[in-house]
Amino acid sequence: MIKNISNLGDAAVYCDFGIEVNKETNSKVINYFNNLREQKIEGITNLTPSYNKLIISFDLRLTNYDKIKKKIESLELKQIKKISEKKIEIPVCCDETFALDLKRLENKLNKTSKEILDTFFSKEYFCYMTGFIAGMPFFGDLDNDMQAKRLETPRVKVPKGSIGITEQFCNIYTFESPGGWNIIGNTPLKVFDPTNEENPNLINPGDLVKFKKVNINEYKNLNE
Amino acid sequence: MSENYFKVTRPGINTTFQDSGRQQLHHVGIPTSGVMDQRNYILANKILQNENNHPVLEFAYQGPKISYHGQTINFTVTGSVNFNIIKNNQEIKGNCYQANTLEDGDQLDILSTDKSVYGYLSFSGKPVVNYQWKSCSTNTKAEIGANDGKKLELNQKILIQDIKRISKRSLNYINTKIENIRVIKGTNFDYFSDDAKNIFFKKEFTVTKLTDRMGMRLEGEKLQNIIDTNIKSEGLVKGVIQVPADGNPIIMLSDHGTIGGYPKIATVISADFDKVVQLPPGSKIKFKQVNLNDAETIFKLYEMETTNLISKIT
Repeated sequence: MIKNISNLGDAAVYCDFGIEVNKETNSKVINYFNNLREQKIEGITNLTPSYNKLIISFDLRLTNYDKIKKKIESLELKQIKKISEKKIEIPVCCDETFALDLKRLENKLNKTSKEILDTFFSKEYFCYMTGFIAGMPFFGDLDNDMQAKRLETPRVKVPKGSIGITEQFCNIYTFESPGGWNIIGNTPLKVFDPTNEENPNLINPGDLVKFKKVNINEYKNLNE
Repeated sequence: MSENYFKVTRPGINTTFQDSGRQQLHHVGIPTSGVMDQRNYILANKILQNENNHPVLEFAYQGPKISYHGQTINFTVTGSVNFNIIKNNQEIKGNCYQANTLEDGDQLDILSTDKSVYGYLSFSGKPVVNYQWKSCSTNTKAEIGANDGKKLELNQKILIQDIKRISKRSLNYINTKIENIRVIKGTNFDYFSDDAKNIFFKKEFTVTKLTDRMGMRLEGEKLQNIIDTNIKSEGLVKGVIQVPADGNPIIMLSDHGTIGGYPKIATVISADFDKVVQLPPGSKIKFKQVNLNDAETIFKLYEMETTNLISKIT
């Protein structure tokens, strides 16, 4: 199932599941991730799943690349029932104070703002991974006619709660952070909660989300 | 019982509480964090006979100035650091890698790190700080860890508990500077032109000012990418060298983002992390290629050297 295993430096294993980015490949990544997590293999310090890769970092004082590689190759894979796979509704306000790049997208996508938002809100999205900054979810897939490149000059500060789109993906900025995605709205929902150590992320890989359009008054009420 | 505490009269440039960091959280997007220079952290706590994961203050370039109040306590400073102990308005020059003493009313003034970046201050008592995911390591970007995820601030009062006294212990040690950073070829090495590969291993790079706990940005001859300047975002580890479209390498450090979308040209070997983080802006460095076996052997030697240093503390 893993197409290629190699080393990333001297303290990590790089598992490549193939070049395609789709739900099927990503589900394989998540299944390996869940299996390895359950095994609690000595020395593993982090498991980082992404669209089509799984990176396993380890403590070089306790183990090494060959040992971890053997463990992965001899892993008896179980189809672990995902802890996650929730359906989550995300309220999003696309008021012009939040939708920083909507006008720009009209040109990029050759659509009106209304068409862009109608298409965006019409479907459910799959969470491929979380990361970059704490709790940031990456979703897919946007329709082919909704795919825009990143901003030429990334913003130094993208506001917290921003909903961004680029290529076939969309995300939520859990903190104010630098970023280059096209911002089309903002959610008042708390997506990352550091006080909840057990499960700090509202959205986890495998979850499905449905964005729900709210107006500015609803947004303000939800924010209170 | 009266309180033991220090008051911050100057916070310093980037002073944060750190320990060994937090694990098993990259998949939710939380970096490991923890001390930048592992060896100097370990030595600070070994000199004071503290537990392995004891919280310390890490500072960069200029350290904090504090006044101490309470029962007599020991402290040590590690790294290449200039500092003074002030007793009854008299300044006494301090020595690194030595258990020193602070009495009620004494002050400690950590002036600067010498031709290096990070230094460590540890006490023979436990600073009262908040823990998240079993670590007090401060990540100022995600506002996680000690001090509500913030740097040390002016006029703050930090309580210290469980103070023990230790005998006068010290270590003779001088930090050396690294010139050749040893790396293993990266997973996207072949994204770069033959020229770029040559430049990477033969030419000098300069450490720029855009360097912090997240990463070290370098500048040199541009590294030309012949395939794609973006990859599908994937996991990162400490030491990975990413090259964005501008052709300048960035080395991932303790607070690095957990995933990234730039090609990976190489990864710094674990044995060289402590020395790399100590390179101030303006430093010139070269990369030297080693293979995985070499890197593992070099790491064993590095570990033996640390163990040997610990055994020499008397």
